[in-house]
Amino acid sequence: MSHFFTVAVFSATVASGIALGCPLLLAALGETVGQRSGVLNLGVDGIMLLGAFGAYFTALRTGSIGLGVLVALAIGAVMGLITAFINVTIRAEQGISGIGIYIAALGLSGMLFERYVGTPLPITNTRGPFYAVDIPLLDRIPYLGTMFFKQNILVYLAILLIPALTFVLHRTTYGMNVHAAGENPAAADSLGIRVTRVRYSAVIFGCTMAGLAGASLLLLDGIFQENLTQGAGFIAVALVYFGGWRPAGVAIGALLYGLTGAVILTWKTLGIIPLSLSDLAATAPAVIVVLALLFLVGRYRQPTALSKPYLRGVS
Amino acid sequence: MSQPKAASRSKALVASVFGDGWRALVLRWLTLPTAAVGALLIGAVIILVMGANPLTGYHALVTGAFGGSYALASTAVKAVPLLLVGVGICIAFRANVLNIGGEGQIVMGALAGAATALALPHLPSIVLIPLVLMAGCVGGGIWGAIPGLFKAYRNVNEVLSTIMLNLVAVQLMNYLLAGPMIDKSESFAVVGRIPQTKLLSPNSWLPIIVPGTQLHLGAVIAVLVAVAMYVLLRRTGFGFRIRAVGLSADASKYAGMAVKRTTAMALTLSGAMCGLAGAMLVFGSISHRMVTDGTLTGFTGSDGYYGIVVALFGGLNPLWTILSAFLFGGLLVGGTSMGIALNVPYSSDLVTTIVGLIVCFVVSLDAVRRRSTQQAGPSSLRQLLTMRWQQPAAASSRAGPQRAPEATSADKAKEALP
Repeated sequence: MSHFFTVAVFSATVASGIALGCPLLLAALGETVGQRSGVLNLGVDGIMLLGAFGAYFTALRTGSIGLGVLVALAIGAVMGLITAFINVTIRAEQGISGIGIYIAALGLSGMLFERYVGTPLPITNTRGPFYAVDIPLLDRIPYLGTMFFKQNILVYLAILLIPALTFVLHRTTYGMNVHAAGENPAAADSLGIRVTRVRYSAVIFGCTMAGLAGASLLLLDGIFQENLTQGAGFIAVALVYFGGWRPAGVAIGALLYGLTGAVILTWKTLGIIPLSLSDLAATAPAVIVVLALLFLVGRYRQPTALSKPYLRGVS
Repeated sequence: MSQPKAASRSKALVASVFGDGWRALVLRWLTLPTAAVGALLIGAVIILVMGANPLTGYHALVTGAFGGSYALASTAVKAVPLLLVGVGICIAFRANVLNIGGEGQIVMGALAGAATALALPHLPSIVLIPLVLMAGCVGGGIWGAIPGLFKAYRNVNEVLSTIMLNLVAVQLMNYLLAGPMIDKSESFAVVGRIPQTKLLSPNSWLPIIVPGTQLHLGAVIAVLVAVAMYVLLRRTGFGFRIRAVGLSADASKYAGMAVKRTTAMALTLSGAMCGLAGAMLVFGSISHRMVTDGTLTGFTGSDGYYGIVVALFGGLNPLWTILSAFLFGGLLVGGTSMGIALNVPYSSDLVTTIVGLIVCFVVSLDAVRRRSTQQAGPSSLRQLLTMRWQQPAAASSRAGPQRAPEATSADKAKEALP
């Protein structure tokens, strides 16, 4: 235990916790916007997988990680269009259509990987803004510099998204429209808000973020494998509930999840947790989220129209 | 409670088939076949894009799944866990509880069964087999009861708690199979020991019922369980409460039902079915061990998710789920043959993709059907399927106090959705 509380180990653990939480944060922030507009998207995990594969394949072939991230964003947007079409236009049962999209994307990403890559190769280009950006001056701050200011560019983006989304959701017309579409679509419709358009945009944004989250997860490992996410997308959905549909709350949840994971990893490395117990310890983040759901639920109300399709004239 | 007379029900059934003209007939009865054909067509396009011949592939798939007694037996064996999970999903979805936790419940049932067999290896088969299957039910039931109680008494969304508990169960299994429950006789190989139990007592093996194949007693048990659950849902007070609560929690409460207890019980029973599926996976396996590979679906083979598809494809009716499980078992078994015939490494992923597409098609076509037949109709697939089941009763019986759940269902169930 004594080793854990040395400054170097502690700040490295926090830094890796933030990095681990980044994919969850990106996906969960996107899902927050979608859910606030009234659409429950359970396909996040599948979209993350496709985004991760797209980024991996592009980076492998072109050597450019930036291009890979763009491809992941594009894949996310396309999947968002499909998700929105099924859930908003066709008005399918959202809890189940999301599972369908997840299973299809899980299979598709594995299939593309087997067909076009086969033997897993790591991405060799491990420098540049997608691995670490040292913020000038701030990275020199003792301890805090290592923790917060030597992260990759997606981490900074995710952190900047927290206040940005809080502002957009609570202080802009678009945010109010999203809120109205998620709370009372019939009333919103009667006031001239185009519910379908608002929901489409929110879902496409959410899925684009899921694609980006996939790319961010890929950058952590530097290599793609089948079912790379290991359920991270589902955790992201749970974090939206955990955070009470507010970006700041979601961010706390993602950070908590990432930090718990990082602490367990460090303890394992230091031998504080014996190797035989590491699988048991790995349950900790999920257990914490379940307990948090148990005790936090009720403090925040979910969007009233969440997972309810809207059809004009039928309330 | 409100069971209609046989004659009036058959009349209502005829009306429900032909009453709305051919368009409604197509929409109502051909939705599922259309979904399957649509998904297989997209699958064919994907195979073409990948540079293989879809006709060769699908031919191998059908032959590998249903051609000959050995193929049929393999399909039936694969269908056993799918059927049991599917029946569990029927129960939960009927109660308006979305149980996504099949994976975790399978794992916990299998662990409980395997632990029982390891602890009591010398009991005779006639005692040990029922005991390990019961243990499976208990293990899965507990893993279903947790989210059930959370949902009923703390209003915790069951989709999230079951997903989280899946992760917990798998990691618990990885710990137990690599630690306390590992086969200690296994030597340290170069790559480390396989996370698996030792060979389970032969007294716990499910007996083979067709010599020369893998078809074991579990197939018979699974079908009997499906029939029993159909009877439970249709013919008992508990089953009626499950369906009533699923249609409208508010109306059921008004009618004096214990809504919270019913919700918790439905998810517990659903978990028990998945746990039984887990026990079948262990005691009907070829290796006669419980073995995993460290990944999330290493033990279950995603049966917890596929079970949802099977139940939906069976219209949330345990009897149709038997057929549905057999067809999906064939899809999964035949997928391997397809991979061999096409000489490609991605056949299992292709099958996964097709299954996912089927789900998307089923929910989408169902929504289209709903819109074209009942403009102001029920707002969910679950509810629609329940309504179809309820319609003969609604058409024939007089309004009375016990009619409340159905009478207000169209309005109330929307609010009851998560």
